[in-house]
Amino acid sequence: MIGAPDVVAFTKEEAFGEVGYPNPWVVPEEFSVPLFPSNNNANPWAKTSYAKFTKDFILISEFSEQVGPQPLLTIPDDPKVFGTFDLNYFSLRIMSVDYQASFVGHPTGSGYPRLSFVEDSRVVLGDSKEGAFAYVHHLTLYDLEARGFVRPFCMAYVSADERKIMLQFQELSLLFSRASECLKTGNRRAFARELQRKLRDLEYTRSVLQKEEGLQREAGPQGCYSACAVDKANELAAMEKSIYEHRDLLRQITSYPLRPRRDPHAAHCHHCVTESQRHRDAPPGPDRDTGEEAGQRRQSYTPQLIKGKSAKCFAKRLKNLTELCEERFYEATVELLNHTERCFRGDLCYLYTRRLDRALRRKQNITNFLFEEELGEEEEEVAVLGRIFCSLKHTVGTDSHIHTPSIVLCPEPPESVEVNPPCPDNSAQQSVALTGEERLESSLSDLTMETQDQESSEENKDSFSSDRSGGEEEEGREGGDQTPVFLLEAEEGGEGETHRVCEREGEAEGVLNREREGEAEGVFNGEREGEAGVLGREEGGAETEEGGAETEEGEAETEEGEGQRAPDPELLVQMDTACCMSQEGFLYNSSPPDTLPASGLQPGSLPLPLVVNQEPQALLPVQGDYGLGSPHCQSPGAGLDLPVSSSGDTTSRGSDQDGWDCTMSASTGSERAGSPLGYGGLVTLRQKKRAGQGALRFVRQYPFALHALWSLLSGRTLVVLGSEEGRVRRLVSALALYVPGPGRCGERVQPWLSCPFSLTDLQRWKLIGLQRMASPVGTSMLCSLSRYSRYISVLDADRKTLRCPGYRGTLLANVADHRTRLRRGSTYFLHLQNVLSRLASRAFLLSFTHHLHLPISHLEQRQEVEERTRGFLRDQLRLGEDDCSILMYLSQLITQHYLDSTSVGAVTTQPHLEKDNTPGTNQQHLDILLPMNVLTLGGGGPGP
Amino acid sequence: MLRWILGGREAQGSVEKNPVLFIGEEQPKNWFTELQVLKGHFDIVRFLVQIDDFRFASAGDDGLVLVWNVETGERLLELRGHSQQITAMTAYTHTSGENTHTSLITASSDRTLSLWDPETGNRVQTVSDLQSSVKCLLVLERLCVWVSGGNELCVWNRDFQLQCQSQHHDDTGISATVELPKNCIAAAMDKDIVIFRLTMSTGSRLSVAEVRRLSDHQDSIHALININDGLFASGSHVGELILWDAVDWTIMAYEHILWEESQTDTQAEIRLAAPKPSEMSIQQLTSDGELMVAAVGSGLYVYSVITKSVVAYRKTAHDSNVLHTMLLPDGGLMSCSEDGSVRIWEMQDLLLPAEPASAGFFGMWTFGRSNKQAGPPVKKVLELPSLRTLELTGDLIGHSGAVQMFVSFGEKGLVTCSTDHLLIAWKNRERESHLRSLALFRKLEENGGL
Repeated sequence: MIGAPDVVAFTKEEAFGEVGYPNPWVVPEEFSVPLFPSNNNANPWAKTSYAKFTKDFILISEFSEQVGPQPLLTIPDDPKVFGTFDLNYFSLRIMSVDYQASFVGHPTGSGYPRLSFVEDSRVVLGDSKEGAFAYVHHLTLYDLEARGFVRPFCMAYVSADERKIMLQFQELSLLFSRASECLKTGNRRAFARELQRKLRDLEYTRSVLQKEEGLQREAGPQGCYSACAVDKANELAAMEKSIYEHRDLLRQITSYPLRPRRDPHAAHCHHCVTESQRHRDAPPGPDRDTGEEAGQRRQSYTPQLIKGKSAKCFAKRLKNLTELCEERFYEATVELLNHTERCFRGDLCYLYTRRLDRALRRKQNITNFLFEEELGEEEEEVAVLGRIFCSLKHTVGTDSHIHTPSIVLCPEPPESVEVNPPCPDNSAQQSVALTGEERLESSLSDLTMETQDQESSEENKDSFSSDRSGGEEEEGREGGDQTPVFLLEAEEGGEGETHRVCEREGEAEGVLNREREGEAEGVFNGEREGEAGVLGREEGGAETEEGGAETEEGEAETEEGEGQRAPDPELLVQMDTACCMSQEGFLYNSSPPDTLPASGLQPGSLPLPLVVNQEPQALLPVQGDYGLGSPHCQSPGAGLDLPVSSSGDTTSRGSDQDGWDCTMSASTGSERAGSPLGYGGLVTLRQKKRAGQGALRFVRQYPFALHALWSLLSGRTLVVLGSEEGRVRRLVSALALYVPGPGRCGERVQPWLSCPFSLTDLQRWKLIGLQRMASPVGTSMLCSLSRYSRYISVLDADRKTLRCPGYRGTLLANVADHRTRLRRGSTYFLHLQNVLSRLASRAFLLSFTHHLHLPISHLEQRQEVEERTRGFLRDQLRLGEDDCSILMYLSQLITQHYLDSTSVGAVTTQPHLEKDNTPGTNQQHLDILLPMNVLTLGGGGPGP
Repeated sequence: MLRWILGGREAQGSVEKNPVLFIGEEQPKNWFTELQVLKGHFDIVRFLVQIDDFRFASAGDDGLVLVWNVETGERLLELRGHSQQITAMTAYTHTSGENTHTSLITASSDRTLSLWDPETGNRVQTVSDLQSSVKCLLVLERLCVWVSGGNELCVWNRDFQLQCQSQHHDDTGISATVELPKNCIAAAMDKDIVIFRLTMSTGSRLSVAEVRRLSDHQDSIHALININDGLFASGSHVGELILWDAVDWTIMAYEHILWEESQTDTQAEIRLAAPKPSEMSIQQLTSDGELMVAAVGSGLYVYSVITKSVVAYRKTAHDSNVLHTMLLPDGGLMSCSEDGSVRIWEMQDLLLPAEPASAGFFGMWTFGRSNKQAGPPVKKVLELPSLRTLELTGDLIGHSGAVQMFVSFGEKGLVTCSTDHLLIAWKNRERESHLRSLALFRKLEENGGL
């Protein structure tokens, strides 16, 4: 074992408890969040700021028998992620924990090599010097050419936050087990296939040898054996032995999935199990030598003559990870790891909050549709905790799987395809043949299996206990595989930490702001170089001169890029297609990274591109940040939202004087990107948060925002009229936040409409961006505007006017205060969510309170019940008339949603849509003609 | 006070640049606060027929007949069969014992007549190859026959067997028919009203014969209605409104609606050029037995059958021709027009001058926008103390084309059909929301809680 001086055993309860981490699982209550230890009044975010990598990542390493520990792969696969962090060194650390003596060789009583079916082990390691902590998942893969047929690997989740790893241990363990299982399954298949080939080679070689021997025997005199002949005979015997060995190995590997599993996380896909079971249970078919099919099958691989000396060859190049595992399993594994990485993005606090949030939202699934994003994917993420999961989507390719045996699987090597395309029957035959062969030696193998199982189950008892109670390093190591947890704690850790913090404090503030913003706007994706500073500039206000200058520069660059990129036709084409994703890419290609304001960030004088704007997580996870910085990139629409802020930011930055308008002319290219909606993708939380920025800007710039918001919340369609598409789209995407029940994909929002709308459109859409045109179409559009004026509110983006009924309530006052002190979109979004979910819960109460809708006595008429409802709203909830209309509308939506969602099979040809006609309420039209309230952002900071 | 009045007028006048009546959103008396768009037709929807208290049928130029549930807005049936536009549709209720069964009779330009069962959607009977397309249908329940009017008048029995028919008339054909006492039928043919008598000859054979031709109208007759057992009325293209005795077919009253004030108009009116004849055309008449409403051009004219005098009128009730009117049970009036709106009116008594000026009074001044209307009513107030004003109490805006017709289902709502291929069901939001809440709790109970 490689010496690792500061690897010390992590003794769980005691040591951990002393450090002051409360165990959240002690009270396994759904909503508990561990408090940060407040004993030393330390800055919680400064804890691990000295880590050399910027965010958590997953590292896959191998202990190569040739070169020792080496890193193979990081996820995300991006050198920026780990920065200057020494992966080699860290690999050495994590692989040096030789978690399990993988015994190979000839166990007593058996003449054949045994495969060791090693359970994975889970370890937490820390390297305080590097500021890196890792959950390390060790696993072994089989390789015919490796020593003892095994290759030790590990997957590590590396984070700068030790607490995060400790507290998320269960989840990490679960997700990594899944990945590991997937990888191992793929590896077993590959291994089995390799064995089969090898067997064929061996048999071929044997037959050649036999022929030669026969020839020699004939040639030589009877009873007289030449030395040569003896050699041949020995060789032949060795070959025979080798064949037996390999057959045994093959049998072992094929029987693997049937072994009872002791690893709690190593759950198998039911399909996989039954599949292999079926092939095992299949009656022994015709021997592979009989039948034409077998003959054909053998043609698929041309056996080669091998020197039957040894299966272990050290001079050879070892297979790499992709070769060790079947391709689709490997890909699935990587996908799983990517998913894992996404799941654990963000700071611990964020992770807990998110979990809490999800738990709460599951409780309110009736009202979620109003303002919350769909749980969908996240739901699955959570459900995983208790579910057996097969990483290969078995449903997809069921057919092909059913017919193919577990071992001999597609993809067949290409050359074989050419010769003879393997059909499922063939391969089935093949496996049948295998099982038949197995039967011959069944007595022996059964025995060995059993003993081995016992052994490992004993091992596992230990490991289980070690998981909970922890123990000495030695104990963990010898006793099992499960979870010996180690902690590396260097003595000087604390010092270094404070030192660095001090270093930073002076310079960092402006940068921090900016960085935070950058992060908040999704820098994690790494696409947004130029933008990072922009928001910071606007929001953070106090900036360093340098940073400001750079921002300006960046802006100029971007504008230039957008406006004058004519020379490159390809780029232009891309812009015109209005495909946000590609456009995004081009935008950033055009703004070189050296304009980044982040240059002064790392005191360690790191090379710029490595730092970019990806702040080390531990450095500044101020609450909102992770809310934004932890995107769920999986959703189809995820990329779409990026341009929103990009164009929005360009705008805000370029136009200190005139908020929204200025840059639009410059950044025409990005106009189409103005809205995340209407592209058919899901509206993600992330997009919504992005829109929070726009919403805040809207609220701060338009004093009459309140009335517009009321329109939306009380179900009156708001039409945003404007001639510039970008501006309208941006307004719409900002205002879409307030649309109750916008639909999964924002169906109730139409970001850009350039034809006159009709009544049905008004029913379908609650928020419409309408193009103002001068043509005859325009006049008919105005006609429809005036015709339906009672159903709509019109926000004129060009003239900055709003025409709608005036709001005189109180509920919305604090979301639409244009003097709000909130400066950041994400904060505003959370604030808004808060207010809206309160509204939703009240509406829920209103919808589901019996006596508000049902007559108490039989004599009661509808009017009396309505009177009671009004009384409830007025007296109990203390709402004014306008506020009541909001609640009534929301309640109406809830009612309808409930009726619709639960009435399965009810055929309604016409969706019953509401129209807020409400002439009954005493609304007056307010023609609000106010000049745009110009936000002054220059100099000392933003406005009031 | 006067200044206040004038100020008010001016303010409102400046708002209203055109003679469109504008009521705004504040319509406390309008209880149609929720609408539901019913889509299904592909062309102009012209006819609505109520089948029972929750079903109705709609038909139009696409030849489709759709049966709807007004409560849910559900499309119950789609009756296909006509290849051309529907020209007339009526409900045919026949009672056998205690069961009443309602069918639909439709007539189309493809010269077919069909009987539909709105329960099953079956085309029960059909007659094709008519000599002319049928423009109006009339069911005579007493005789268990029904009458179709095209170029000739045909009488059919329940089984779609032609009983008899009148001789061929001129090409203008019969545009409207009403049933009169003593087995008579009045049919409007261009400028004439022709009285037919159905006689049951021996062998229970029916025969039809023209008994009288009334040629008192100067122009073609657009509207012909029954008022009560003793009276029927007709209205012509040039604004002649004649009340007839239903038994001896004599003129009981004659009113020529000229909007005569337009001659004394101020410049504003002259600019609008001479009044077109269509401005006086009586498109539709409706009556509840005491009052009769005439849709005259784009105006409304309320006539009391009892006093034989004008009760109220408004020359410009709509921006365009009024197509259909209805008297409401509460004394109100509803009208729809080519301008795409449905308006609800209330007849308000004019108050004595001594009393404080009511909004209604000035509303009339303001809405009328010029002296042309303000003048004569004042004059008439002196003559006819019973003259009342039509006050706009609500409007239903939703259609983007002419509203052809509407049918009311009482508190369940109102259905309108329009040129824009849509039907709209207008409902009371509070009632609907109450019903939905009830449904919610029902479902909640079924599901056993959330």
